[in-house]
Amino acid sequence: MKNNGNLKVEMHGDRAVLMTRVFDAPRQMLWDAFSKPELMKRWFGPRGYTLPVCEIDHRVGGGFRFVIQRPDGEEVGMHGTFQELQAPERSVHVESFDNMPGESTVTAVFTEAKGKTTLTATVEYPSREVRDMVAPMMEPGAAESYDKLAELLAESN
Amino acid sequence: MQTAGPLDATFAALADPTRRAILARLADGEATVLELAQPFSISQPAISKHLKVLERAGLISRGRDAQRRPCRLEPGPLAAANTWLENYRRFWEESFERLDVLLDEMKAQQTKTKKGKRR
Repeated sequence: MKNNGNLKVEMHGDRAVLMTRVFDAPRQMLWDAFSKPELMKRWFGPRGYTLPVCEIDHRVGGGFRFVIQRPDGEEVGMHGTFQELQAPERSVHVESFDNMPGESTVTAVFTEAKGKTTLTATVEYPSREVRDMVAPMMEPGAAESYDKLAELLAESN
Repeated sequence: MQTAGPLDATFAALADPTRRAILARLADGEATVLELAQPFSISQPAISKHLKVLERAGLISRGRDAQRRPCRLEPGPLAAANTWLENYRRFWEESFERLDVLLDEMKAQQTKTKKGKRR
C-alpha cells in the first residue's frame, strides 16, 4: 500500500461520498489552503491539472468559481456558494459543475489533534445520476486494472 | 442504455459487509450456497437473500444445475463501480499529495517567521 493510503473514500448511502484524510499540519493551515485562491491553485487537482480561474469570496453567502483545466486541455467550470463557515473547523457549501444539473452539498470538518488534522468531507449529490457522472469527468479514460478489484474487496472487509 | 441504474444497484449491493465477504469469497472461485453459508453465522435463507441482491445487481450469476446452483462472480459491474471510486480517489489522492507539499512549505515558512521574530 502507498504511504498516502490514508485517504479513505467510501459510498455513504446511495447519493453521498465520504472522504477522510489525515494531514501533518494544524487545521488553520488547512483552512487557509482551502479558502485562499493563491494556495488553492497550488494543490487542487491531480498532477497535470491546473486552475486557470480560481475566485473565492470566502464568507457565508459568498460564492466561488473555478475553471479546472485537465491535462488534455479540456476545461471544466464549477461554481458554488458558502452556506456555513466556522473557521477553522467546519464549512458547508453547495457546488455544481457548469454543465450539470443540480447542486451538491459539501460538508468539510477539520479536527486537530497533536498537530495533525483530520479532514472529513461528505459530498452529497443531488441525484444518483449526477454522482455517477462526476468521477468520469475527473479522470478521462483511466485504465482500470483487475487487481484493483481484489484490493477494493480486501479493503472493505 | 448506460444510466445511473446499474452502477447504483452495484453500490447498494456493495453496501453490506456480508455481501462484500461473499464477493471476496467468490473471487477465489465459484461456490454453492452451502459453501458460502459456512463461514457466516447466518442461515442459508439469509444467504440466499443476499445472493438474490447480488444477482439482481449483476454481480454474480448462478449455474443451471438445479441441485447445486453454484454462484460465480461477474466482473463487469464491479469493475464499473471500482472505476468510479478509483477515478474519484485518484483525483483527491493526487490533490492531497500536492497539498502535503504545500503544507510542509507553509510550516517551514511559519518556523522561519517565528525564529525571525524572536531575534
